[in-house]
Amino acid sequence: MNTMNSGISAEAENQDEPRAASVAEHKPEDTVIEEGKTVGKPFSDDPKFKLRNVEVFYDQARAIKNISLDIGRNEVIAFIGPSGCGKSTFLRCLNRMNDSIDICRVKGSLALDDHDIYDPKRDVVELRARVGMVFQKPNPFPKSIYDNVAYGPRIHGLANRKSELDDIVENSLRKAGLWEEAKDRLDATATGMSGGQQQRLCIARAIAVSPEVILMDEPCSALDPIATARVEELIAEMSESYTIVIVTHSMQQAARVSHRTAYFHLGHLVEVNETNKVFTSPQHELTESYITGRFG
Amino acid sequence: MPDKKDDVYGDHISHKFNDELMALKSEFLEMGGLVESQVDRAINALVDNDGHLADEVRATDKKVDQMEIELDEEATLILARRQPTARDLRLVVAVIKMVSDLERVGDEAKKIAKFAIKLSEEGQAPRGYVEVRHIGNHVLGMLHDALDAFARLDSEQALRIMKEDKRVDEEYQAATRTLLTFMMEDTRNISRCMSVMWILRALERVGDHACNIAENVIFMVKGEDVRHTPVEEAEKVVGR
Repeated sequence: MNTMNSGISAEAENQDEPRAASVAEHKPEDTVIEEGKTVGKPFSDDPKFKLRNVEVFYDQARAIKNISLDIGRNEVIAFIGPSGCGKSTFLRCLNRMNDSIDICRVKGSLALDDHDIYDPKRDVVELRARVGMVFQKPNPFPKSIYDNVAYGPRIHGLANRKSELDDIVENSLRKAGLWEEAKDRLDATATGMSGGQQQRLCIARAIAVSPEVILMDEPCSALDPIATARVEELIAEMSESYTIVIVTHSMQQAARVSHRTAYFHLGHLVEVNETNKVFTSPQHELTESYITGRFG
Repeated sequence: MPDKKDDVYGDHISHKFNDELMALKSEFLEMGGLVESQVDRAINALVDNDGHLADEVRATDKKVDQMEIELDEEATLILARRQPTARDLRLVVAVIKMVSDLERVGDEAKKIAKFAIKLSEEGQAPRGYVEVRHIGNHVLGMLHDALDAFARLDSEQALRIMKEDKRVDEEYQAATRTLLTFMMEDTRNISRCMSVMWILRALERVGDHACNIAENVIFMVKGEDVRHTPVEEAEKVVGR
């Protein structure tokens, strides 16, 4: 993102320069965003998540500004936007990963299958089993491949016998497209795998506890193109049985894998629409400027 | 090349990308200008019985073909290198399609030039040149306006061209009827009148291609495909 940031500062330095009267005179960054107003189709007929008037504060700073959005069942939705736009913050609200940040407060109504995610009586461990997460950097435990996948099912008591656990491990690795590569080295340490394999292992680990939703925070940004293609293939397969929310900096990735795309800007949710629509004819000027590389 | 700041394709973070898109746009317009003059000169060659000019038109068509190949290659490279989106993507896709329209217009000009040579060798101008001149001017104006609409991203002008196409069709039908009358009056006219019919047909096709270009301009500006839809639908799209 360094190049993009320098793009903005260069833009700022040129501010005093007289410009010809033209379309270019109006800078997209100057666009006033109406709070809580999202263009496109933010709502769904069959929502898995129903999120209304969500606001997130880091201390006094408001990082998410009045966002309302539905995430549909078995939908792949991509969150895109420039660095610091709040997409990761918003993603982490969905399984209360923000709880670990002391200064972070979440307001508004967030429901998973019509049940309040932030209900004080809610079991967060159970929530995170239902709403799994895959991070930017592959973060396998320094344990064997087998133990990485078996960890979740063990602590959640999903298997009564060793053979049941074996089945879960095999199934999860198969679903993550890793079984053929890993079946003969299940006892080998996971950290010895390649980056792409480690990331797929993390996906297998997330799948192992039978989640309903998988959150992915830039899952491919540390992977090479082939490993990326594998993960994307996996996302397409998984979308049949899971709801997937993916934060990505790669516009092409969002265009390839998602059904809907949500564009975030300075804590606002500017536009949500079918991905095909967003990348061919976005409705909002800011979305257009961002995805075409006019600012970032 | 237009001033970068004056162009909606000229404000990317990547200056190289700006240059590529604007080069694509200006080279397309250059090809458009060449094709326009090809049609104009082909009509003049015919009406003025100018075999030399007709030969020139036929020779210049190679240049048109060459430009088609170059523009297609540039557009393909932009797709490969930049993965353009939104209005940039629409520009590149529209150019790829419009380039083949321009190339076909070039072919129609070549066809007219060929008939111009044939008819001038036969001597004695046949009837129907008034109609050729009339329809020729009409479709040339449409082609010019279509290229102008592209240059200025003017979807309203593009819509006007779509509406014009119906009038060209009517004029073409009327001219055909006139030529049929000539043929019925004297069967010795038939061969030459048939040549003029082919020329009129070629001009009518030029109008169709101008119309295709106009539809692509609406797609570029509005992001909606108005091909194969009634003009009223296109009108709604442009009005949005």
